Amino acid sequence: MLIQIMRRDIFQAIADPTRRAIIALIAIQAMTPNALAERFDTSRQAVSKHLRILTECELVTQEQKGREIYYSLEIEKMKEIDKWLEQYRKIWETRLNQLDDLLATIKNQEK
Amino acid sequence: MNMDFIVDKQTKTVSITKEFAFELSLVWDAYTKPELLDQWWAPKPFSSRTKAMDFRVGGRRFYAMVSPDGHERWALQKYTSISPKTNFKLFNAFADEDENPELPGSDWDLTFSEQDGSTKVSISIYNESLERLEKMVEMGFKEGTMSQMENLEDLLAKL
Repeated sequence: MLIQIMRRDIFQAIADPTRRAIIALIAIQAMTPNALAERFDTSRQAVSKHLRILTECELVTQEQKGREIYYSLEIEKMKEIDKWLEQYRKIWETRLNQLDDLLATIKNQEK
Repeated sequence: MNMDFIVDKQTKTVSITKEFAFELSLVWDAYTKPELLDQWWAPKPFSSRTKAMDFRVGGRRFYAMVSPDGHERWALQKYTSISPKTNFKLFNAFADEDENPELPGSDWDLTFSEQDGSTKVSISIYNESLERLEKMVEMGFKEGTMSQMENLEDLLAKL
């Protein structure tokens, strides 16, 4: 259960430098695990593991073409990350603006 | 007033910095006294209701974010370190109404510094996961509310 939660964690998915590089590559064009392994000077197994994690996070989609599986990036899912962060940013902005107003009010009362 | 908001995905940390044109002691009080915290902590139209607060190492703030229709979302902040008027750290987690925390939580580090009568507050929030951040946004700050807030901002800007 815990493992499953961790694998679905998008922060974890994009925290790894190799996975970020994979994301950057497949954002441009769909690629096979073999092609990716060549780019990273790493085993196909290692690339497959990264792709599995990205798949579980729903950041990538697979498409079977003949005998090869091509992986491409789910751009919409990446946008979701920004959307969450933007909302979080807004909460803090509103909160701290309210603090600013409150400080001004207190200051005025002191006078 | 400008606020810096930086998300470092590698370190899973959100950093927020804001400067206030007021002296440090006032800003420090606003962060550490429940009656002041409740006046600004909840983004409108929500309100903050602190049920218990004990600002000391090992102490906690147990409070609810209350929606306009009266729905309460409880949270627990445990103070893990305090250097008066300089820094304090806390562990933040959502909770049920009986103060049982819902893990995982996040680690907060708040630093205060004064220069020329202005106070800079730097907050860094370490989150185990982005999922938690998502939950935080969802916990009542649904999209409708956010756009409502935007409307309010727009309105205020025009006044």
